[in-house]
Amino acid sequence: MEFDPLLLSRIQFAFVVSFHAIFPVFTIGLATYIALLEAISYRTRDPHWARLSQFWIKIFAVVFGMGVVSGLVMAFQFGTNWSEFSYRSANFLGPVLAYEVVTAFFLEAAFLGVLLFGRNKVPPGVHLFAAVMVAVGTFISSFWILSANSWMHTPAGFELRDGMVHVTSWLEAIFNPSFPYRFAHMAVASLLTGGFVVAGVSAWYLLRGHAVTASRRALKMTLVMLAIAAPAQLVIGDFHGLNTLEHQPAKVAAMEGAWETQEGLPLLLFAIPDSANETNHFEIGIPKLASLILTHELDGEVLGLEEWSADERPPVGIVFWSFRVMVGIGMVMIGVALWGAWLLYRGRVLDSPRLLRTLTLMIPLPFVAVLAGWFVTEVGRQPYLLYGLITVQDGLTPSLTGGMALFTLIGYIAVYAVVFTAGIYYLTLIVRKGMPDEPEGVPDTQGRPKRPLSAADTPLDEAAEQAS
Amino acid sequence: MYDFTILWVLIIGFGVLMYVLTDGFDLGVGILFPFARSEEDRDIMMNTVAPVWDGNETWLVLGGAGLLAAFPLVYTVFLPALYIGVFLMLAGLIFRGVAFEFRFKSAPDRRGPWNVAFFGGSLVATFAQGAVVGTFVQGFATEDFRFVGGPFDWLTPFTVMTGLGMVAGYGLLGATWLLLKTDGETQQWARRWAYGLLAALMVFFVIVSLWTPLVDDYVRSRWFDNLTWLWVLPVGTVLVAAGLWRSLGRDNDALPFISTIALFAFFYGGLLFSKWPYVVPPSYTFQDAASAPESQLFLLIGLLFVVPFVLMYTAWTYYVFRGKVRAGAGYH
Repeated sequence: MEFDPLLLSRIQFAFVVSFHAIFPVFTIGLATYIALLEAISYRTRDPHWARLSQFWIKIFAVVFGMGVVSGLVMAFQFGTNWSEFSYRSANFLGPVLAYEVVTAFFLEAAFLGVLLFGRNKVPPGVHLFAAVMVAVGTFISSFWILSANSWMHTPAGFELRDGMVHVTSWLEAIFNPSFPYRFAHMAVASLLTGGFVVAGVSAWYLLRGHAVTASRRALKMTLVMLAIAAPAQLVIGDFHGLNTLEHQPAKVAAMEGAWETQEGLPLLLFAIPDSANETNHFEIGIPKLASLILTHELDGEVLGLEEWSADERPPVGIVFWSFRVMVGIGMVMIGVALWGAWLLYRGRVLDSPRLLRTLTLMIPLPFVAVLAGWFVTEVGRQPYLLYGLITVQDGLTPSLTGGMALFTLIGYIAVYAVVFTAGIYYLTLIVRKGMPDEPEGVPDTQGRPKRPLSAADTPLDEAAEQAS
Repeated sequence: MYDFTILWVLIIGFGVLMYVLTDGFDLGVGILFPFARSEEDRDIMMNTVAPVWDGNETWLVLGGAGLLAAFPLVYTVFLPALYIGVFLMLAGLIFRGVAFEFRFKSAPDRRGPWNVAFFGGSLVATFAQGAVVGTFVQGFATEDFRFVGGPFDWLTPFTVMTGLGMVAGYGLLGATWLLLKTDGETQQWARRWAYGLLAALMVFFVIVSLWTPLVDDYVRSRWFDNLTWLWVLPVGTVLVAAGLWRSLGRDNDALPFISTIALFAFFYGGLLFSKWPYVVPPSYTFQDAASAPESQLFLLIGLLFVVPFVLMYTAWTYYVFRGKVRAGAGYH
């Protein structure tokens, strides 16, 4: 049986990068939150803030560790499966990706150890500074990664000589047209992810009457943040969409399920796109709304997929539905955040078990929304790797066979299944164990500055707990 | 026009050597793991590398990203050619990393699977790295700057030999590291292993050295057409190995480890200079493989700022954790 190395490589990349992405998205938001907690703790000297911070630093350490492990794989994917693309674009992507690694390196070497293990060893001001720098570092890391990614969507600042990318302007290439929008969209997505996880866990603790003072504070502050960030994300997302319409209209056509170019395009709430017959089944839509959103005119013209030949169109169904999942979850987030903020304003957050239960159930949703959003933008870029210039077919490793790709795809799924089951299991253990009643000492470090996971000292089972 | 290619050769060359030496000894500790005398000794062994191992591994990530930036041809030929091997290496490194953390968090009677994962991951990753060396010596089937060979070009009798040689080499690094970091019975145990592994390593060294000119004409003519100063390297290797053997019998804990590092440096030099100026043998030199000057410069600026800092920090970490590791110290 013949396997298609291109399809398998795309599935493999989607799999490993999706798995990787959920960790940094969470750590960026969480690092910001920890820095904020440390700042408040520094000013007020109230031990409840330090207690909250200590708890979330443990979670951060484990998630950061898993992000590093899955990032190790990412550093080699470009070469193993996409060597032709890597070779031709290395003059830009090489330094930019290396800068991301260097940033992460620098961050780990300088500040992570102090944040994780230094609470009782350095002055409080230094510890706060380390917390802020870790948060800043995670943003700088995402700056480089998103610049590289955005450049693949909206290439700029270079010329092709013999098919090879040569940078003519670093500024234009790094700050390419879609980068500011994507960066803002992802930064806020990270805050929303961190915020909903913190809110969900705090709500769960409140329902169980665990660490009530600290959990109440955590919930209140995150609800305020979420009530601002969730609606803001809608606005940022809209700008991002307009930018996409300008540079990648085929992607927008797929997002809207628009086959024909038309004025007064309806916003489809439901449809089953049918690529073979170039039509949708079971359409339910709001007339003219898509035109209004995209062109700010009721009868504005939006290009349909018919403008592109079939081999230049992205797969419509995945893009169409991922977009709806992302926006749908975004709307739920806005609703819940505003509901929470309203109860907060009325001083009744803690009287509403319904809100607390809803927040607990919301924990997985931001992760789903983030992945759905990435599916929209990455699948919507097809068939190109470097938009308009290098297709996925061109970028594939020439020597790669279907059998090789299948072997590693199954292999990565097996490795990740074991590793991340263990990781998630361990995270739930830490959450279940909760915050100790008294502010605790820092785990016995023996230094171990570069090993984030060792900052979490929760044993894996009870026997280990007794032995320790 | 400015040209930073030589500078980048030095940077990447240094980074790879740092990786091999530092991750080498902690992978070596993993290779020796199942042969430890007791579970208590395993705790000690792990604690000797606990503060440093994942800092050691970050050199690998930096090397990968640095190669893509400075010598993209190396990145885009080696990785496709070693496709399966790269996967095995990554899977091995991941499993041992996770085993490292979770072993300490498990009850003493549930550590068996983590012990196996730590050993297996270390062994597979080491063997794969040795096979990379062998593949480099063999050379790559390329056409027009692309790898055109098959999926198992990297797995030949010759590369199996270099892979096993690497297992012995990292094992020796691990054993001499333990000699430095432990005392008493554990240290005596490490000493016995060091003797055996050094002997095994030299056997592999002789086999590979004799075999290499047979698989590669370029190496043969380089070494045997004229008497070159290159012969300093194998002569040095043998002298260092002899010195190492003697130092194992003496009451000096640091000298064996330092000698092993010197031994690796000689191997490394011999390997590079056998092929120089080719970095993607047999066809492409370091100049062919280099990225555009402006790209090299762009990354250089950031790297020159960060690398000294990372080096200082690494040195500080090793300084803080100097001295012997004993039972009960370290973790819980």
